[in-house]
Formats: sequence, structure tokens, C-alpha cells
Amino acid sequence: MPVDIATISAVAYYFPSGELTNEHLNVEFPEWSVEKIMAKVGVSNRRIAAQDEFASDLAVKAAQKLFADNNVDPVIIDYLIVCTQSPDYFLPATACIVHQQLHLPAKAGAIDINQGCSGFVYGLGLAKGMIAAGDATNVLLITADTYSKFLHPLDKGNRSIFGDAAAATLVSSNGAGAAVGKMIFGTDGSGASNLIVKNGAMRSPKSADVDLHTDENGNFYNDNYLFMNGAEVFNFTLESVPSLVRQILEKNNLMQDEIDVFIFHQANKFMLEYLRKKIKIPVEKFFIWMETCGNTVSSTIPIAIYQAIKNNNIKKGHKVLIAGFGVGYSWGGTVLYF
Amino acid sequence: MDKDAFLKSFADQFDDTDPASITLDTKFKELEEWSSMVALMIIAMADENYNKKITGADLRESGTIGQLYERISSR
Repeated sequence: MPVDIATISAVAYYFPSGELTNEHLNVEFPEWSVEKIMAKVGVSNRRIAAQDEFASDLAVKAAQKLFADNNVDPVIIDYLIVCTQSPDYFLPATACIVHQQLHLPAKAGAIDINQGCSGFVYGLGLAKGMIAAGDATNVLLITADTYSKFLHPLDKGNRSIFGDAAAATLVSSNGAGAAVGKMIFGTDGSGASNLIVKNGAMRSPKSADVDLHTDENGNFYNDNYLFMNGAEVFNFTLESVPSLVRQILEKNNLMQDEIDVFIFHQANKFMLEYLRKKIKIPVEKFFIWMETCGNTVSSTIPIAIYQAIKNNNIKKGHKVLIAGFGVGYSWGGTVLYF
Repeated sequence: MDKDAFLKSFADQFDDTDPASITLDTKFKELEEWSSMVALMIIAMADENYNKKITGADLRESGTIGQLYERISSR
């Protein structure tokens, strides 16, 4: 067991009320049957933010749920980290808006971090660091994204995968909950162009929404929308995730069979199942929970943790390996000691 | 790496396309069932069966299944 420097003492999440079911997709793309989308992507429904609903709105709801469900007084929060790639504005930080809406103490710091599928692990690392340094005692980490707003309506591939959500995680110094183990991080910016929303920031302003083109897999997009080179991103995961898992185990002095539950970023069911087999993880130790919400980017891991606790897959005494990987490319992971 | 076995494994990744209609000369990206998800399944098949990497460029620059086979079998 590690020293309980920082622990995850509570998790909650929020889904927007909008839905995109496989039936909806099948109406728009008749070549994809309802059953086929479910079988391959492992998703039957995605939750979609309303037109006037943004990352801060989802973040506030997730945090309010965390406070209510766990009887947490917001006054104890002394640092807020919001991880998002779809912020409300360029500036100010979404975290400042969320801080105000949650009525957090004025003495609490608030900062955004921009990271995607690895974002929960990165946020957890920063929260743990703040606590280890003695500069914070209760860090509220919120992951919140509305990727649906980045997707072209005709991009059936990405629309079948991504959903919107926010998750709130309380990281504390008081030793309650799951201790956060030693962490592994990694980056390969050569993959930046393989998963990107190119237009809309400084280097490449949003253009007139014309010249829609199709990739070789029949997905429509232009540079105003999210582009994913699925083949390259999949190859990246095949190369990086097995070694990420090995490094997490080594750094925490654990053998693979000592891990009780593995929770990976919930990218899509096919990819997860292939990685599971490649890494030789028994199916009963590999937790997948994305059927009713899709790939919610930085929120997939905390949502899965919440569900695994609720379903009794995670019990007291369990060691849970978490691994995030994706856009950047960026990856990271650790072991949680429940 | 056996050509016919590769072709059979390639064809096995499709659910709705008659395997008999898939040959080494098939322009696979023109198959109605081709999608980004099938592309992932082909990559996984080559990794699992042959320990070979199929890149995005391999898929983009190969017209037929035979051309894809030639690109990766020589590695």
C-alpha cells in the first residue's frame, strides 16, 4: 500500500438530457443497422448537450451531484481543476465560471487544463501534487466536454462514438477513499494531426463552412470539425497501451494478477476488447461501461469508476489500474487502492 | 505470410458482404460495408495473425486487397 498522500473520496457524474440512439443514427445512415453499431462500437445511446448547454453547465451539475450525494460542503474545496477541450470561451478559464456557479470559497484556486482521453489521469496527478505539496487539502477535479459540438452532422463514424458528459472527483488529503498510487505519463506530439479540431483557434481561424470532403472511410468532415484518423489512433493504442500498463505495474511494484479491476479510457468496445486480449487481462477483471453514454473523453474513467463501485465490481481492498490514452497523443495511468 | 489465408482473414471481417465476392483484386474501400470500424478490424487482424502493422497510409494508398498484402508482407 502506498502512503495515502491523496485519496479519491467521492465521484459523481452528469449527462445532458439530449439523446442520440442507434435508432436515430440508423434513420440518418440506413447502411448502419442498430444491432451493428451496438456490436462494433458497444454503444446504444449517447447523451448530447443542448444548443445552449456548454462545458461549464455540465461541470456545475456534476459537482452539485457530488456535493449532494456525499454530503460535501463546498466550503471545504480549496482548489478547482476543470479539464476540458471544449471550454465555454477562450478566456476566462471555464474553471472560474464553474467556481462562481458553485459558490466555492474565494480563497480556492481555479484553473483549466486542456487534455482529452488522458485528462482524468493528468488532473488526478496535478491534484495529488497540490496535496503532496501541502498547498491544498480538497481538490475538486471536474472533467467536462461537449465533443458533439465538434462533429459534423454527416460524420457517422465519430457521431456513433462520442457523447457529452461531465464527472466530478473529490481528491482529498484526509485519507478517506481510494489512495492514488504512483503515476505514469507520456506524450507523442507527432500524432497531433491524427485527432484534431483544426480550425477555430489562433493558428487556423474558423472558415466558411463549405468544401466538405470525405475521408477514405466515407466519413464527412472539414477542418471546422473534429477529424480522427481512426487507423493511426488505433495503431497508437496498440503500441502504447500494453507498455503503459507494464510501466504502471512496475512503478507500483505490482504483478498484473494483483490488479483486481482494470479501467481503461472507454474509447470503443472493439478497441477495448482487442487491447484486453492483447494484454491478457481476464474478461471478469476488465470493466467496460459506455453502452448508454458513448465515449465521453476525459470523463470515461471516473464514470466507469462510479459504476464499478455501484455494481460491486470494485470493493474495499481492491487495487484498480486506470489508464487514459488518446488525443495528443497523450497517455497516463496509475493504480487506485480502494 | 500466406496470401490466401490473408484474403480469407480479410473477408472474415465483413458481416454483410459475401466472402466469395471478395478477391485479391477487390477494391476494398469501394465495398459498401467498408467503414472506419472495418478498418480497425483489419488492423487488429494483421496485428493478431501476423504481428504486422497496417498504417493509415497503407490503407489509403492500397487500392486492392492484393496491393495491401504486398505492402505489408514485404516488411
